[in-house]
Amino acid sequence: MVCETWKTQLDIYLDGELPSEQMHAFDAHVRGCASCAADALVRVQLKRCVQSAGRRFVPRAEFRGEVYRAIKAKPIRRMSLNWTIAAAAVALIFLIGLGVVFREHDRSGQDRAVYGELTDLHVTTLASLSPVDVFSSDRHTVKPWFQGRIPFTFDLPELQNSEFSLLGGRVTYLGQTPGAHLIYMVRKHEISVFIFPERVLPADREERSKLVKELSFNVETWSHAGLWYCLIGDVSATDIDNLAELLKGAGA
Amino acid sequence: MSAAECQTASFEELAVPLFDQLYNFAHWLTQDRSEAEDLVQETYFKALRGFSSFQMGTNFRAWMYRILRNTFLSSRTGLKQTRTESLELDQDGVELPVERKTPEAILIKHSNWEVIQTAIEELPLHSREVLLLCDLEEMSYREISQTLSIPVGTVMSRLSRARNALAELVLRKLEGGTVNGLRDLENAARHLP
Repeated sequence: MVCETWKTQLDIYLDGELPSEQMHAFDAHVRGCASCAADALVRVQLKRCVQSAGRRFVPRAEFRGEVYRAIKAKPIRRMSLNWTIAAAAVALIFLIGLGVVFREHDRSGQDRAVYGELTDLHVTTLASLSPVDVFSSDRHTVKPWFQGRIPFTFDLPELQNSEFSLLGGRVTYLGQTPGAHLIYMVRKHEISVFIFPERVLPADREERSKLVKELSFNVETWSHAGLWYCLIGDVSATDIDNLAELLKGAGA
Repeated sequence: MSAAECQTASFEELAVPLFDQLYNFAHWLTQDRSEAEDLVQETYFKALRGFSSFQMGTNFRAWMYRILRNTFLSSRTGLKQTRTESLELDQDGVELPVERKTPEAILIKHSNWEVIQTAIEELPLHSREVLLLCDLEEMSYREISQTLSIPVGTVMSRLSRARNALAELVLRKLEGGTVNGLRDLENAARHLP
């Protein structure tokens, strides 16, 4: 059939995705071909049906308000020109004088953004009714569950004779990169262990094992074998450090 | 929005206009109001946190949808839905057209949105999301490719398969046929004369 070639491209034509020359040629063909015109008509009708039927769900006003309030930007104070020039001059002096410090602060800001993201994940996961997707205390069940779900593998420690227990794990994302989120328990407290490829970190970051505080959570991070590990929990720094040592001992 | 405008715009200015459509899309993915609200809230939370890493001048809408979709895929419902996906491999390129009867014409006559809404719900996740991004959100193939992190050829083949499956589902529903699962429908569609 002469029209077969046209018909294979009918959807692409109706989606407006053909190059302009082919669009013109298609326009001319459809005007002169009753069969293609009829096909085009029903496909346009289907697209319109999907468009109309697809606009189905409307958020609750209360929910919209909650989210809007949460993301509302802080108002920007406007200064007079003189003050602006003076402030700019002071800022310039500071910038020149504190170049190295600024760089460190920038890194610190990036770190805080990453920790902030992971802290959110930790909190929202624990608040969820189903915090884990593989629910098991057996590392030989949890580790294989991640096969095919994340693009790397990792080792988990034997927890016998320790006060920690494994609750399970789930796949999570940081900077659009998939990673593992494991949850451990110690004395009814949960600790999140995040494992991501190192590339999720800012390029110039020199990662070394360190223990910091973020929103009162204790956070410990380190890198090993191309993977970046981050532990977050509301337990003491000692507990976090003990679990980190167990993980490191398992090859992490 | 140009790169310069983007640089001066706040997250709020960029993200608020997308709220209703993101919620609608989230509800189609999760098929549950409460889960859709959690998903949208988490998406905005993550996007706000990561806004400093957003590359100005790139597609903010695709970025937001990508965050929403990735968040959904890592959720329990998302994992469940991806596990029940068809095992067929994506084929880059357009599928051969299936000779369709015309459920569209019947549908227009009946103006029965419920039928098409149910049919969209029954599509597998990969088909449902690509169809809604194209026909409802009117995204270009390139935008969809960025949002779903798949090649443009795969967008085209998924879209073609989604439309064939949707037409077949709608037709069966309007004719009062029994739906025995999408795989049956897809197989039936392939063997139509």
